[in-house]
Amino acid sequence: MVFGAVFFVIVLATGGLDTGWTFYTPFSTTTTSRVTAAAAGAFVLGFSSIFTGINFVATVHTMRPPGMTWHRMPLFIWALYATAIIQVLATPVLGITLVLLAVERLFHIGIFDPTIGGDPILFQHFFWFYSHPAVYIMILPAMGIISELISVFSRKHIFGYTFIAYSSIAIAVFGFLVWGHHMFTSGQSILVSMIFSALTFSVSIPSAIKVFNWLATMYRGSIWLATPMCYALIFIFLFGIGGLTGLFLGALATNVHLHDTYFVVSHFHYVMFGGTLIAFLGGLHYWWPKMTGRMYSEFWGRISALLLFIAFNLTFFPQFVLGTQGMPRRYYDYEALLERNPQFEFDHQLSTIGTYLLIVAFVIMLVYLLHSLWAGRRAPANPWGAATLEWQCTSPPPHDNFASAPTVGDPYDFSHLRYDPETQGYIIDANRQPTDEAPHPDAGRAEA
Amino acid sequence: MTEESLSQPRPPVAPSLAHPIPLWVLLGVFAALMVLTFITVAATWVNLGDWNLWIAMGIATVKAALVALYFMHLRYDSPFNALLLVSALVFVALFLGLTMLDTHEYQPQVINRPPAGSEAPR
Amino acid sequence: MTDHDPNLAHHFDTPAQQYAAGKLGVWVFLVSEILFFSALFCAYAVYRANHPAIFFDGHLFLDSELGAINTCILLLSSLTMAWAVHAAQLGQQRTLVACIGVTIVCAVVFLGIKTVEYSQKWEHGLVPGADFTPDMHYVQEKLDHHGHGAETSEELNARLLNLRTFFGIYFLMTGLHAFHVIAGVGVLVWLFVRAWKGAYGAHYFNPVDFVGLYWHLVDLIWIYLFPLLYLIH
Repeated sequence: MVFGAVFFVIVLATGGLDTGWTFYTPFSTTTTSRVTAAAAGAFVLGFSSIFTGINFVATVHTMRPPGMTWHRMPLFIWALYATAIIQVLATPVLGITLVLLAVERLFHIGIFDPTIGGDPILFQHFFWFYSHPAVYIMILPAMGIISELISVFSRKHIFGYTFIAYSSIAIAVFGFLVWGHHMFTSGQSILVSMIFSALTFSVSIPSAIKVFNWLATMYRGSIWLATPMCYALIFIFLFGIGGLTGLFLGALATNVHLHDTYFVVSHFHYVMFGGTLIAFLGGLHYWWPKMTGRMYSEFWGRISALLLFIAFNLTFFPQFVLGTQGMPRRYYDYEALLERNPQFEFDHQLSTIGTYLLIVAFVIMLVYLLHSLWAGRRAPANPWGAATLEWQCTSPPPHDNFASAPTVGDPYDFSHLRYDPETQGYIIDANRQPTDEAPHPDAGRAEA
Repeated sequence: MTEESLSQPRPPVAPSLAHPIPLWVLLGVFAALMVLTFITVAATWVNLGDWNLWIAMGIATVKAALVALYFMHLRYDSPFNALLLVSALVFVALFLGLTMLDTHEYQPQVINRPPAGSEAPR
Repeated sequence: MTDHDPNLAHHFDTPAQQYAAGKLGVWVFLVSEILFFSALFCAYAVYRANHPAIFFDGHLFLDSELGAINTCILLLSSLTMAWAVHAAQLGQQRTLVACIGVTIVCAVVFLGIKTVEYSQKWEHGLVPGADFTPDMHYVQEKLDHHGHGAETSEELNARLLNLRTFFGIYFLMTGLHAFHVIAGVGVLVWLFVRAWKGAYGAHYFNPVDFVGLYWHLVDLIWIYLFPLLYLIH
């Protein structure tokens, strides 16, 4: 990964890239900006992705602990397994696409150059065959984290384990069937556009299955609004909006108007920032005690999450409005645009204010997290009362994680865990009777 | 180099680990592959129009299956490994199929290449 | 049972688990390699389906005999590779080393023949580049020789575009394949040295098996490339 990143630093230092991350031909094969170096960097980074995918598939198949059958794996692992499948199948296609792009630039083979018999739309097919599954690479692990958080912080067994597990695999598979929805206005034939539009609607189904199962998990659970749970709830809201706006883009008629506008920008920020990044922050706050051995301030954690939620919506919701009004994306000259279209100005300003608030939220987060490293309460092995295996070792874990193979049970069965006021964490108590006990009020506190 | 260039005694391998394919099977498969290669070339001496391509692909697939099943041991392996190979081919077929459908469909809209002789090849 | 088996990595419990994990990992890697080549097969399929003339003209310039010889050489190398795995599993040290050696020789001969083919193309200017200027006499001669000569110079120029696209695809596909053969030779040389030193036997043959799987994939790809590029009518 470092090697690949070096290429990108070189690109930035020597004039940058002006094709956009999509490298569309024929501009990318003729522009003088640093396309070949950027393609080389992306190629190297792709290997990191492929090898990770190979690693995870082999590990999940052959190296689970004794007693961990497929249906006793945490849902996070199911999500990572599905992600690994996509990484192995899709990333090599990006690799060869970048090779073809570099070869076209260096040797003028002519495969994408229409003046000598090449086909520029072929490049788009190659590119999006990877790049659509790539976004599922980004969202699947996030959804896996949310499954963990919702269950633990509702103190309730995850609802519909099997459905959630297999919906991850379904998203991985269906994600390969929809790449043409990025190409509706590119010259792709009507027949194939129709096929891709229909398939795009189907890919929303497994995601919806997950959302309904999470909500069903929360129903009649004992909701504990610790910071990780705040992020999980924010995820459901923002990813919900992001996913639903994807449907507008998947419909051919509306896509013609919304393609290349701010509507698209807002859609993918809702799913990638509101989805993946928020889930990442939820996971960061969930596993922070395990990784660092310290508890952070719950008060500031919740403040930051709330501020992040408000700021995010303030930043990106106006962009949906802008997009439907016709504001294009990747626009070069804002001054001229706003002179002719003053109706865009207000929403842009709202968006900008939102970004300032986002910065404030992140600075607060940085401060309290760093502060916890020095002055946070020492974390117990299991501050949240979770039942997955990582909580059975100390925080942080020792070198070999477990001295002997841990006992594998149902990863969402909390009935055997009891709060221990001395360590301010949960411990396994085989004698405890399952009840609907709410989390202990002291659990998760930063102060001892 | 000696027959047993192993300096210390090793623990015996569990019987399920090593499954050598009999040599006659390997040689037999090789012979079959050579025959099929000859047939592939011979088939091009007969003109069957479009069928030539499909015959060639069919024979290539039989050869590939022989290599995969015997040389690559898939016949005796866990079926998951074979499933991996087949799945890869399914995704390749999906990729090629939809892309070919699209390029075929938009051909009527493609403006043809510059007329012959109007510009020298760049 | 393991008793500090030096071939068992510490993150595995048993040699059987290590073998299963390694084999699965290599198969998943092969899946990624298949997808890596897939875009080239896609470009081939797209151009062949929509512009068959490109391939018809192009193949006239390829030597099917050399292609067939190369196919047989790779098939032989696959046999010797599978034989090497067989020998390793039975502890047949000398056979193992000999088989790996023959595999390497076959691979080098394959690359040698490809070099001959490529240099012939280079000589006649059939390598696509910013400046695709093939030797026109040669082109005319070849087309005429097979009874498909160009009637007019306009037609000849148009068919030159065909040749350019064809050779673009030809060099990409065989070039990427040859790159994988070269990488394979590197790995096989490493394997040869290790085998010579006696690292493999009935107790541990994983690397021989896994390198074999990679090598067979290289052969599999050529099994398809040969008819697609050389045997078009």
